[in-house]
Amino acid sequence: MIRRVVGLETEYGLAYDAAGTAPLTVEEVAKRLFAPVMEWGRSTNVFLFNGSRLYLDVGSHPEIATAECVVPSELLEQDRAGVLSLAWLVSTAEESLRAEGHGGRLHLFRNNVDSAGNSFGCHENYLIPRRLEYRRLTEQLLPFLVTRQLLCGAGHVVRGPEGARMVLSQRAEHMWEGVSSSSTRSRPMINTRDEPHADAERYRRLHVIVGDTNMAEGSTLLKTVSASLILSVLETGRVMPDWSIANPVKALRDISRDADGTTAIALADGRTVTALEVQEYFLDVASDHADAAGLRTDSDVATALELWGRTLEAWRAGDPGAVGDTLDYAAKRSLLARYTERHGVGLEDARVARLELAYHDVAPGAGLRDGLEARGLLRRFTDPARVEAARDTPPSGSRAVLRSRFLRAARAAGVDHQVDWLTLKLTAEPPTTVQLPDPFATSDPAAEALIDALLG
Amino acid sequence: MAQERSQRQHSAWQQSQEHEQEAVGAAKVSRSAGVDDLLDEIDSLLESNAEEFVKGYVQKGGQ
Repeated sequence: MIRRVVGLETEYGLAYDAAGTAPLTVEEVAKRLFAPVMEWGRSTNVFLFNGSRLYLDVGSHPEIATAECVVPSELLEQDRAGVLSLAWLVSTAEESLRAEGHGGRLHLFRNNVDSAGNSFGCHENYLIPRRLEYRRLTEQLLPFLVTRQLLCGAGHVVRGPEGARMVLSQRAEHMWEGVSSSSTRSRPMINTRDEPHADAERYRRLHVIVGDTNMAEGSTLLKTVSASLILSVLETGRVMPDWSIANPVKALRDISRDADGTTAIALADGRTVTALEVQEYFLDVASDHADAAGLRTDSDVATALELWGRTLEAWRAGDPGAVGDTLDYAAKRSLLARYTERHGVGLEDARVARLELAYHDVAPGAGLRDGLEARGLLRRFTDPARVEAARDTPPSGSRAVLRSRFLRAARAAGVDHQVDWLTLKLTAEPPTTVQLPDPFATSDPAAEALIDALLG
Repeated sequence: MAQERSQRQHSAWQQSQEHEQEAVGAAKVSRSAGVDDLLDEIDSLLESNAEEFVKGYVQKGGQ
């Protein structure tokens, strides 16, 4: 097993289709969507019993940050449980709006772009040891991240003067830097803001913001496990060949636009390689590391490595369709291709854009994921029963277990409390605070004393 | 005898290849049938107000 805490922060796009009834602003709809959250937690920023954080972010978009996950398949469960919680909020909001004569439908998108060119993200957090030379780590990781869209790009139809075409990544056109501390002004691929949410002497939190938001569970699995494996390789201090890319932003966009893996990338040392060659190298070192460290006994790692290999083989053969039932880009591509073929229209058709949005929609009855999975067109990795349970069960192996127990106990006792990633707090005077600086701690004497006192 | 066995082996291999091809073919057919089935289900949705819907999706803020 890879000993690493991983979490996903997903920003959801919200839209209201009034369908001929009175229009509502997104702000009004967002407020309605979060009404049950307000009632439950007296705030639009709450931690749930599964240890995740649910909040309404700037610009009226819902966001969920999963709890700290150590087991990759549990991360998939937590991510999907977040979708279930939001879907429940959507149904509840629609009912209450309908009671007031608003007959429209809410839509909630797990994607990264809207019609006005705004972009929002799915940020990945990976816990890494503080001892690593951070600058070197990010430099070595960047070529992997730039080319990773071959594995987990969500696909996107871009409309331009020469017509419409499908690119690999939704995020590629919205990245402006390789590594920096800014997040909105000049969106970097790795955000270096140093907020470990843990013992800062021992840990850092690597904040990756270049990834697309995925619908296919296979894409999320491959995205997070491959990154985690490469970090593990870098943690060994292994000397790696230098793949530093001369212009990472340009390479990211070129690879996305070419969408075939053959994109020539100019390296800082003057060599030219293809995107696929870079990925093949990283797969090799990840595989070697998995063998050497005995990581293949972890079935999630074994599955991800097998899928990684199959995906690169598919690109090598020029046919991503081979992973069309597992990964977003290929699944979406075949869906859109079939639609245009059936209707004799081009990718620029408005209905294709509408279809693409439906691919990302998670509002009940509005999106395609369930339908794709039910027809065997998209492989589901999670067990629906476990996902349902994960709505209020924390992932194993991290302090999320303690956060969850504290939240339940405090709520049952009816006492005022607050939590964040690091802290459990009873707010009544005099306040009692317990810090959980070890993200891997599933037990802690102070936390347990606090919980026991609450349980009486 | 040896030749016969080799022929039999060859044909068994051929058969397994044929089966594999058939399976791949069947998967392709059922795959496109599945896609068509899904598209049939949402066709009317896509026809209704696609352009307006897409343009109406504007999200402020975010990172």
